[in-house]
This record gives sequence, structure tokens and C-alpha cells, in this order.
Amino acid sequence: MPRETPHPDSLTAGVVASTGAWPRSLAKIGRGTAMTLGPLALALIPCGIVLLATGVNPLAYYALVVRQGLLNPIGVQETVTQTAPLMLLGASLILSFRAGLWNLGVDGQFLLGALAAAAAAPWLVGVMPDGPALILAMLIAMLAAAAWSLLPAWLRAHGGINEIITTLMMNFLGLSLVNLLIKLVFIDPATTLPVTRTLAVADRLPHLFGSTIDIGIILALVLLAAVHLGLTRTAWGLRVRLLGANPRAARHAGLPVPAMILGAFLLSAALAGLAGAIMVLGTLGNVRADWDPGYGFTVIPLVFLARLNGWAVIGFVFAFAMLSIGAQSAAIRLGVPQYFTFLLVGLLLLFLALVDALGQRASRQGA
Amino acid sequence: MTALFTPAFLSALIGGAIAAAVPLLFAGLGEQMSEKTGVLNIGIEGMMLLGAYTGFLVAYDTNSLMLGFAAGGLAGLALGAVMALACVRLGLNQIVIGIALTLCVEGLTALLFDRQFAALYPSLPTPDTVALPWLSRIPVLGPSLFTQHWLADLGALLCLLFSLLYRHSFLGLNLAAAGDKPAALDAAGVDVLATRTVAVLVCGLLAGIGGAYLSEVGSGVFVPFMTNGAGFIGIVLAMLARGRPLGVFLGALLFGACLSMTTALQVAGINLPTDLINMLPFAMVMLVLVVFGRRASLPAALGHAYQRGLR
Repeated sequence: MPRETPHPDSLTAGVVASTGAWPRSLAKIGRGTAMTLGPLALALIPCGIVLLATGVNPLAYYALVVRQGLLNPIGVQETVTQTAPLMLLGASLILSFRAGLWNLGVDGQFLLGALAAAAAAPWLVGVMPDGPALILAMLIAMLAAAAWSLLPAWLRAHGGINEIITTLMMNFLGLSLVNLLIKLVFIDPATTLPVTRTLAVADRLPHLFGSTIDIGIILALVLLAAVHLGLTRTAWGLRVRLLGANPRAARHAGLPVPAMILGAFLLSAALAGLAGAIMVLGTLGNVRADWDPGYGFTVIPLVFLARLNGWAVIGFVFAFAMLSIGAQSAAIRLGVPQYFTFLLVGLLLLFLALVDALGQRASRQGA
Repeated sequence: MTALFTPAFLSALIGGAIAAAVPLLFAGLGEQMSEKTGVLNIGIEGMMLLGAYTGFLVAYDTNSLMLGFAAGGLAGLALGAVMALACVRLGLNQIVIGIALTLCVEGLTALLFDRQFAALYPSLPTPDTVALPWLSRIPVLGPSLFTQHWLADLGALLCLLFSLLYRHSFLGLNLAAAGDKPAALDAAGVDVLATRTVAVLVCGLLAGIGGAYLSEVGSGVFVPFMTNGAGFIGIVLAMLARGRPLGVFLGALLFGACLSMTTALQVAGINLPTDLINMLPFAMVMLVLVVFGRRASLPAALGHAYQRGLR
């Protein structure tokens, strides 16, 4: 499996979806909506039963999640802000999966990027204007994350060593390394807590039109679109997909396979690192030891369900962001632990995959 | 340096290594069987966590560790059944389902922990160990190496059993064929889906028992997310072992030794940052990969659902 990409259907999904005539694409959107809402309903029921059994009114919980994550003006801004790093992780994963590389190390690369940005930014804003300083901090984060993936990428490109093993190992190593660096090198001298220096609120990424949404979302949208269009519409994208679909054919076609593996891997890692940097430079301001949100782990199945289509990923990660933001409030108000949403997300993934497969089977038989 | 090699240090190191290795051994052996038949079981992390929760709950309520292990194993088996239904029978994406199941268990156990244990934080008493006759009386090594919880001995036995199964039985051949060339197995008249289902169920059972060991014997408490990547280490062990149970055994011991290094070094009075020591086992694997350039030889059909007649 690691040598090949997912189902070939997924390679053309983006192209087919966008060349259809209008009525067809409208029907497609309708069907897509039904195939998303159906599983949602299926997932809400067992979750509701669990909530009921533990003495929480499920309807009140769901209403609160939706209100705090989507309808409340502050909540929806938080949700959009949260979507930015998830979209970048999506872009990172789409790129590597299309290239046939199982980069399961995005969480480690994300953390390294976050730490690099948190370490560099407070110093950089002291020596140069905010704009260049933040851009430089992002570039440093991307470099740090890419450097962190260099070993698995090189081993895969030149030694043919399975990247699932190496990237999983690098995740564990990354978390410990980040903790170590925070405690020994980048600790804020002003506190006794293991946390990096905090980037002043005034120096963080600028906000859009007086909202609390920072420009990270624009950056994420642009890069996700660039990755999606680059992969589906350019000669470079065709080469990457060829590499993913059949590395042997790619070699026979004269493509520099090891160099391409290295390039795709590093670029994928750099995008994951940028996701971490945006969270730090836009929202958090610092990184504390043992902080590991594990977003990559959740975005991986979302990217598969989106069939490696960049546009579809946006919808999935937005929904996930809404759930996590809503659940944060619900955790405080109803005393339901925040991690409870994992059950909802897990069931949702399960039913989405199920409905998707049944739909495919039905359309195959229909054709 | 001499302080490092006192009997107390060695005893703590070896004893701790085996204790830490047991759940990894169970998970690795299960994952190995599953991967052999072509199913990449990423849900193993969730299966271990569910086993840990159920095992702890039952052991705490019944005062019987044995019942706890049985319940933990059954819980893992049940989750394995879901995985088998979704990924083997229905042919859904194994990575999506694996992560989905793990997320489900993480969410569910976090809530149940919050409702049942968060206020009281109950714990189980230290379990009994079994001193193997004669062997446990070997000086220095004996007391730590051969005086372990009986599941450690069972794990070693399973390892031997699986080696025989894979090398000397038709069932072992079928398992390997289901992962390498499922169409050939099908043509030979063996049910590919049934073969894979059995492997995934065994994987769930073993992962559940390994998880129950973590909470019942390892720590005596259950906390959310307590498996903390043990399932992923199991996946790595299975991939590195190239289909040989002995490889999983040695890998689990290596990981266990590195994990127990933290406490052992403290016994010896050496203080390194724990974060640095935590990196040891993973750095070791990376080092092995860099130095020996070890390719994992994975089954050809790993990760692919089998559908009869589909090329």
C-alpha cells in the first residue's frame, strides 16, 4: 500500500467535478449535501444516547455546540480562525498522498513549525518591522518543519524505507524534542512555567476588517487552492500524480523519482509547519511544553473522505473546527469533557465512509 | 560507571523492561497477523484504549484481574469486529476507519472516565507475579527476568505459537497469501474475507488484552488517552519485524528497555531530562533504520480491500 496512492478515481475527482455542466454539478452538490447530512444524523443518534445515559440533555448539548461554534458571532470567528491551520494541514496531506507518500508525521512537523515561529517571532519583532518579521518567522517555521522531515524523506527517496514507520517515529521524537527545547533553550525567563516567550498581541498577524479572524485564513485558502490547482491543472501536478499512481512508470518516463519524492515530502512538511506557525503567530502567541493538539491525526481521514480534493477539504475542516470550538464552550457550561467530540467526529467519519462506499457501489451498478 | 551495574539497577532495568514490553508485544503480535493478511489496522490504538478501560472497570468492580483481562480482550475483539465488518466485508478505507474507531474510543472513554472515576480516582492493588520454577532462582537475572505477571509468560508463549503457525501450518500460509496475493488464495478455494476477518479479530483480542494489562498491571489506574501511542508502536514493531513474531518480541523488549531506562537511571542516581530519555526508543529505531537501511517487506495487498473479480 505505501507505494501506491488511494483509488485512481480520486485522481480525477477534482477535474471531473469542475468540468460538469451546471445542472449536473447542481445535482452533484445536492447529492453531496445528502451524503453529508445523512451520516451526520446517523452519528448524532448514538452520541445522543451516550449523553442521555450520562445525564446530559443531548439536544441542549448539540444546540450549544452549534450556537457557540457557528451562530454566535465570536464563536464563528473563532471557528474560521481555527479552520486556517487545518486547511494548511489538509494541503500538506493532499500533496503527500497524491505523490504516494504516507506522511503521517504532520503532527510532529506542525509542532516543530509552531516552536520555530514561537522562538523566532518575539525576537524578530524587536529588530525589524512587524510585517517582515512575521513573514520571516513563517519562513523559519517552514524551514524547521521541512528539516524535521528530511530524514524520513531521504530514507524513503534513497533507501526505499517505509515512511509510515519513520514519520510515526518522528512524531514521538518531535513532541519530546519540542518539550526539551522549550525547557532548556527557549523558556521565557520571566516565568517558571515551561513556555516560550509570548508574542505581544499587537505584534501578531493582522486581523481582517475589525474581526478577530487573522489573515492566516487568506494565506491558507490561497495555498490550499495553489496546491489543489497545481496538482490537478499543471504539468508539475501530473508528474506528482504519476509518481503517486505508479512510481515504476514514473521512472520509465524519465522522471527524477528520488528528487521528486524529496521535494514533495519537504513541501508537504513545510505546509504542516506553516500551519503551526499560523496558530502561534495569529492566536496563541507562544508554545507551552506538552502542547500537542494532534490535528493532523483528524485531518488525515478528512482528506481521504474529500478524495484528496482541495475544495471538499475546506468543508470538512470547517465542520471539524466548528465542532471543536463549540465543544470547548459546551465543556465549560454543561460539564461534558471537550474530548467527547472525538466520539462524534469518529462516528461521523465512520458513517461518511460507509455512505460514500454504498453510494459508489450504487452508482457502479447503475452505470 | 560502576554504580550502573549493581544488581539493584539491573533488576529494575530488566523488570521494568519486561513490564513495559508486554502490552507492546501483544499489540505488535496482533497487528502483525492483521498486516500479514493485508489489513493495516490503525484502529489498534483505540482497541488498546477500550481494552484498558473495560479491563480496569471490570477488574475494579469484580476484584478479579482475570475477569478484567477477559473483558478487555472481549472489548478489543468487539471493536475488531467493527473494523472487520467495515474494512474487510464492506471494503472501506482502512486508514479512515482505523482513525475513526480510535477517535470514537478516545471520546467515549474520556466522557466515561469523567463521569465514573474523575472524582474518586480509584486504583487497583499491585498484582501478583509468578516466579517460574528454577529459572527465577538464577542470581541477578532470575528474580527480575522470570518473576513477572503471568501475561508476560503468555506473551512469550504466543510468540512461539505464532512462529509455528506462520511457518508450519496451512492456516499460516493462508494468512500470508491473503495479504500477498488474495486472488490466488481465492482461486485455491479459501475464503479471503474470512481469513482476513479472523486475523483482524485476533488482532482486536490481543490489543484489548494488551490494553487491559496497561491499566490493570502497568499502572493500576485508568486515565483518558493512557495508551499514549502504544498502538502506533505496535504498528511500527509489526512493520519492522517482517512478518516474524520473534522480531516483534525483540522489538518490544528493546522498546521496553528504553522505556524503563527512565526509572532505572533514577535508581542509579543519574538525572537526565525525562524528555531526552523519552526520545531514546524512537531514536533507536531511527538509528537502526539509518544504519542498516532496513526495508520493511510489506505484504503486496496491504491496505487494499479484496473484491472478487475486481482487478
